[in-house]
Amino acid sequence: MRPMPGKTLYDKIWESHLVADQDGESIFYIDLHLIHEVTTPQAFAGLRAAKRAVRRPDRTLAVADHNVPTEGQALGVAAVADDEARLQLQTLERNVKDYGIEFFPMGDVRNGIVHVVGPEQGRSQPGMTIVCGDSHTSTHGAFGALAQGIGTSEVEHVLATQTLRQKKSKNLRVTLEGEPIPGVGAKDYALAVIREIGTAGGTGYVIEYAGSAIRALSMEGRMTLCNLTIEAGARAGLVAPDETTFDYLRGRPATPKGAAWEMALPYWQSFFSDPDAHFDREITIDAGSIAPLVTWGTSPEDVIAVTDRVPELASFATPDKRASAERALEYMGLEAGQPITEARVDVVFIGSCTNSRIEDLRAAAKIVEGRKVAGHVRAMVVPGSGLVRAQAEDEGLDGIFLAAGFEWREPGCSMCLAMNPDKVPPGQRCASTSNRNFEGRQGRAGRTHLMSPVMAAAAAIAGHIADVRDFL
Amino acid sequence: MDAFTRLDAKIAPLPLANIDTDQIIPKQFLKTVEREGLAKGLFYDLRFDVDGKAKPDFVLNRPEFKGAGVLVAGDNFGCGSSREHAPWALMDFGIRCVVSTSFADIFYNNCFQNGLLPVVLPAEQVQALMEEAKGGNHLVTVDLEAQTVVSPSGQTFAFEIDPQRKEKMLKGLDAIGETLQAAPDIDLYEMKAALSKPWLEDA
Repeated sequence: MRPMPGKTLYDKIWESHLVADQDGESIFYIDLHLIHEVTTPQAFAGLRAAKRAVRRPDRTLAVADHNVPTEGQALGVAAVADDEARLQLQTLERNVKDYGIEFFPMGDVRNGIVHVVGPEQGRSQPGMTIVCGDSHTSTHGAFGALAQGIGTSEVEHVLATQTLRQKKSKNLRVTLEGEPIPGVGAKDYALAVIREIGTAGGTGYVIEYAGSAIRALSMEGRMTLCNLTIEAGARAGLVAPDETTFDYLRGRPATPKGAAWEMALPYWQSFFSDPDAHFDREITIDAGSIAPLVTWGTSPEDVIAVTDRVPELASFATPDKRASAERALEYMGLEAGQPITEARVDVVFIGSCTNSRIEDLRAAAKIVEGRKVAGHVRAMVVPGSGLVRAQAEDEGLDGIFLAAGFEWREPGCSMCLAMNPDKVPPGQRCASTSNRNFEGRQGRAGRTHLMSPVMAAAAAIAGHIADVRDFL
Repeated sequence: MDAFTRLDAKIAPLPLANIDTDQIIPKQFLKTVEREGLAKGLFYDLRFDVDGKAKPDFVLNRPEFKGAGVLVAGDNFGCGSSREHAPWALMDFGIRCVVSTSFADIFYNNCFQNGLLPVVLPAEQVQALMEEAKGGNHLVTVDLEAQTVVSPSGQTFAFEIDPQRKEKMLKGLDAIGETLQAAPDIDLYEMKAALSKPWLEDA
């Protein structure tokens, strides 16, 4: 008899959560459901209309993050100026109250961006299944959890049944080996992966990140990498849990303590890909070959090294790609062939579920310390949560940013998607640590260049896109 | 969910790749607490100029494409955010079917929750539909039961679709109702999990 083939990390999480097969579709259990104000009102309305209950309010956690203003949060929801945003926030407040769901309201120090809060509270744990009505739920895969974004109908489905219906995805392993050069980190790794496989390259796959460069990453770095997995088309990214993971989890509010920890640990340690596991596709990248990266266009796959020039149209393989590139150049106000460092920036945004954690702020502060933001630049830091903000203040990072001329704001999604008042004005150029450079993403006709926190900090000081290595 | 069986409708071409959900429905329309009424925000920045005036050149603003029910678009349609407002806006505008070479996973999945049919065809067939759709006022037939798209000139293109998804869409079945038939299995799973992972119970 042939031995059973090995299993991937994804296979193991999937199989351990199967509830039933129904007409060829799998029903699998959801351990943690994170919710926020924007993608849930219609789901709760659906529940009410069908007179259904929330099956596991104790496995559901709510935050207010997408449309909250990043100042004056202590004044409460009633003070939110935007009528529609206020109504949406009030709707969430009513829904969590009606259904008995734990909620960190705006102004609560524990509130912040949903993908910062879940890990910070110790709610996101290895081997779990996690969903949220937000595509960047892939972030939590950093813990070795199967975490994916879902639509509002599925939010309603999870509220009602604590399960999701799905067919299994394929396995893709991305291996990053070696040591990065100074100034390069998780954000550059992620952009390098997207450059390599394209924004649709991961469609239909779950990506597992492996290799020495991944093992060397902090949890914050792994979260950045998994966060951007959706920009490569895959709904979920995974990193197998290890000592770095367990060290991060220890002592957080929702992680098990004492005997419960001792019971959880071997369970968590069982989540890794077997040596003989089958991957449908494999990619290997040399971490040492990656330079600090930036995007030049309006798709996250439009990636170049900071030392590069904006690509020539002739370099695109197909007429479609050429047409898209031409449109992107016009939108971005760039010329083919110009050095990307010539691009003068008007706004710098350090924040978002991709890069607003304490390590991101520390790294950026190191570049900023003792320097000044260029006179024509509006630069802002939006910490990922109230707790990140408080910790940064304890460490004096706020003082460094403020002295340099940055705004030090209150937590939320902010200028990443510009649902709140923080927007890039039309035609202005933003060096941003966020995740999407789509047309209009940060404000109508706003121009976004994605990059790491240290690169964004360098751009703020230089007043144009700049190589962080000149600031180390 | 609305059932989808067969659709005879005008087809409109949108020959752009990577049309993301921010373009389909920009963020300012996500503050609603309703599912209805999102047609006003569909492709807002493509349809309207900064002063809110309709751009006469945009395909869905041209009279010959008025009332289009089928959209044919470039690769990787619906990438980006998980917002279900994207299929809601398309449906509210009257679009019941999108044809492309590929769709982003979350958007594709969201379509099936709402009776919006995403049809995947090979590049040359998508190109052929784009060409035939160009002049406007052309009708196509999308038949889900037969899994075919009949182009304005009468070419028949067959498409693949997951049989379970097809069945649900043909009947307009409610996924939650279906899953709740497995409630005893969910109960059993929870009882077992409470024993094997007790630390999750008293979190």
